[in-house]
Amino acid sequence: MAHLKLDPKKIARCRELAEEISRPIEDLIHRHTTVAIERTTLRLIGVNGAVKRNGQWYPEANAIIDDLHTNLSPEEKTSPLLSRGVLYYFVNGMIQKKMTAAELGAAVAERKVNLRKLPFSADGEIEKRARELCAKGRDWIVSSRSTRDEIRKETNDTFDPEGKGGPCLYVIVATGNIYDDVIQARAAAQAGADAIAVIRSTAQSLIDYVPHGATTEGFGGTYATQENFRIMREALDEESRKLGRYIRLTNYCSGLCMPEIAALGAVERLDFLLNDAMYGILFRDINMKRTLIDQHFSRRIIALSKIVIHTGEDNYLTTADAVENGHQVLASQFINERFALNAKMTQDQMGLGHAQEMDPEHPNVFLLEIARAQMTRDIFPKSPIKFMPPTRHKCGDIFYSHLMDAMFNFVGVLTGQTIQLLGMMTEAMHTPLLQDRWIAIKNAKYIFNGAKDLRNEITFKPSGMIEKWAEKVLDETLAHLEMIHQKGLVTAISERAFAEVKRTETGGKGLDGVILRGPNYLNPFFELL
Amino acid sequence: MTIVDLKRLKPYGDIMGDGTIQICFTLPVEASPEAREAAVQLVEKMGLDHIKVATMESVSRGFSMFVIYANVKVPVDFTKIEVVKVEAQKRARDELDEVIRAHIGRKLVVLGACTGYDAHTVGIDAIMNMKGFAGDYGLERYHWLDARNLGAQVLNEDLIKLAISEKADAILVSKVVTQHNIHIRDLKDLIARAKKAGLTDRLIFVAGGPRVTHPLALECGFDAGFGVGTKPSDVASYIVEEFLRRRERFEGIPNPLKPPHAPIPATPKKSVKKGASKKKKRPASRLVVKFRAKKKASTKKKAKK
Repeated sequence: MAHLKLDPKKIARCRELAEEISRPIEDLIHRHTTVAIERTTLRLIGVNGAVKRNGQWYPEANAIIDDLHTNLSPEEKTSPLLSRGVLYYFVNGMIQKKMTAAELGAAVAERKVNLRKLPFSADGEIEKRARELCAKGRDWIVSSRSTRDEIRKETNDTFDPEGKGGPCLYVIVATGNIYDDVIQARAAAQAGADAIAVIRSTAQSLIDYVPHGATTEGFGGTYATQENFRIMREALDEESRKLGRYIRLTNYCSGLCMPEIAALGAVERLDFLLNDAMYGILFRDINMKRTLIDQHFSRRIIALSKIVIHTGEDNYLTTADAVENGHQVLASQFINERFALNAKMTQDQMGLGHAQEMDPEHPNVFLLEIARAQMTRDIFPKSPIKFMPPTRHKCGDIFYSHLMDAMFNFVGVLTGQTIQLLGMMTEAMHTPLLQDRWIAIKNAKYIFNGAKDLRNEITFKPSGMIEKWAEKVLDETLAHLEMIHQKGLVTAISERAFAEVKRTETGGKGLDGVILRGPNYLNPFFELL
Repeated sequence: MTIVDLKRLKPYGDIMGDGTIQICFTLPVEASPEAREAAVQLVEKMGLDHIKVATMESVSRGFSMFVIYANVKVPVDFTKIEVVKVEAQKRARDELDEVIRAHIGRKLVVLGACTGYDAHTVGIDAIMNMKGFAGDYGLERYHWLDARNLGAQVLNEDLIKLAISEKADAILVSKVVTQHNIHIRDLKDLIARAKKAGLTDRLIFVAGGPRVTHPLALECGFDAGFGVGTKPSDVASYIVEEFLRRRERFEGIPNPLKPPHAPIPATPKKSVKKGASKKKKRPASRLVVKFRAKKKASTKKKAKK
């Protein structure tokens, strides 16, 4: 197999730097919790209902956290109730009221029980009960994982994280209506797609709760809800069995509900989640602390459920120039890898993202793209790396666009990418039509088949253009990581270290949902996951 | 026939006037001889002949896709075509900087944003950011523009507040997400707020995005709209010219960029009489109504046939 000759010492140094960069952040993570983590904890012990508020479904988990975290007295503000963890109050409520989690969740949401005003059992008793409940929550994730493993076995799943069998064909559906999404997803699977991503409604990442139930109206995509996950997975299970080929399901685990989506994805048997340690900060202007703390807990759940994450470095190349900013992508991949390892994830779960976004008129653009794609493969050999298609330089010329996607597919198969998000010739025009997806899949199948073993037949010319470009990007990455290490990640981001986007430590949405843990903070999930 | 007949313009394949076009669509029925016939009949009903089904693909259970070639029977009269266009002569960055320096003497303040829930900043970034797009530098790089990219998900009310506090001369709004026409709602809402604040006389409102056209922008109350492929200098050229035109209108300072020839009147000839040329600054809604009425009429005709 063709490999680039890259200095292993430089690569090792990059990993070392990433680890050092993550250290102060790990400290921040372990000293804090967030409203999203506390809501996730409630969901995992069985609080999954919703109440109608202002004509819309509002999750019970949110209602409970709101009660404990809003309208605080001045003393409560200096030492918020949630610094003990929601479980302290909620499990006490279960003991006092002799209710199950689901019953108490509904009662609190309907304002029949006020958790603050109950007598409190002894700490030891609450803790013991909390531990039992969390152990059950853990079992829920593990049993969902086993069910998924069984269906994969039954349907001859051939997915290989290292991408040895050729890239996995990944397409998106985005009708806004979950039932229409199902029609499009089934058609895509029949046409040859291996993975379906349901695009989320625009800006769902900024809603501080997970919408409830099946939804039929979204903007630019479909709301991620537990019920929508279930509906789509059920359809894909059926399709997988019919086709004798396991079809993967993807959704988006970013934004203010990152850990909750991870939990819902885990119990509804999703296969892939888009989950990036820094995406929310850079592209959704979510507060830095909130994102970094949330990403850790979400990845702890993901680690246990064996979901494969996809990171979002491809986005860097849509805001910053793709020829000049390859090093930002690679630096971010190292950092994402480190944060994932810190959350107990393994290499085979890390779909590190990158993209073919260089200006198509740049001289020898394919040589540079091959260098970029191959170095990602060679630096992360065990990871199911994810390759994203051209979008930035696409326009209404669908024929040219189709050709760009073909070359992207060629680079993908040549460099052994694991997951290939197929480009659509109508990119930048509309969310894909059924026929757009069919044409894209036909394109990919043709090229993946025709050039299947090409990479085993070639070698890269030592010190040739491709190898030199990769070396240059690696050198720049090393320098970039040194800079980030010196300044600290927070300062570096505030000085546009990634994607030419500037964010500050106290800016962005969701900072008021970050809570310092008290000495009595109770959440057994941190040990169990 | 080898000469183009502009009065009877038709698509061109390889023989002038052949009217050849390509069509691609999907039918929600299984690929079958019946599906093929249905596709042919549909194309016939579109008013086409010489129909050739190039391919019928079985896309998935219950869906068939067609690529069809056919010939258009009806021509259009090219000599009678009228288009509403952004009125501006394209100028380069240096030239525009020089115009502002020499004739305005202060930096023009330009605020750019993706509004509402739209988080797709590709378009506004390409126009605003230093780097620019396709070798054309962004507005931030102009010496005599104070260009500020506010980024994604800026609320309309905040944008209006900023426009006032920063004394903006132009507002650029990029809209990418268009499902359920959310872009139109957001654009109209901004103008409604701007009108309330009394900003629409002097402040220049520009919309952009892959599904934005100039007529659509006008319909939403904006002053100009730019679509795919727009370069930063296209937008800058318009802003500078429009600023000078309005200054002339409101302060009587002669516009140094008056085009050498009068612009083609965008309004239909009949109505030119009653409106003085100065008044044609806001013919937007009227124009678009006309534009739409035409479309409606033509579909009616087809339906009758």
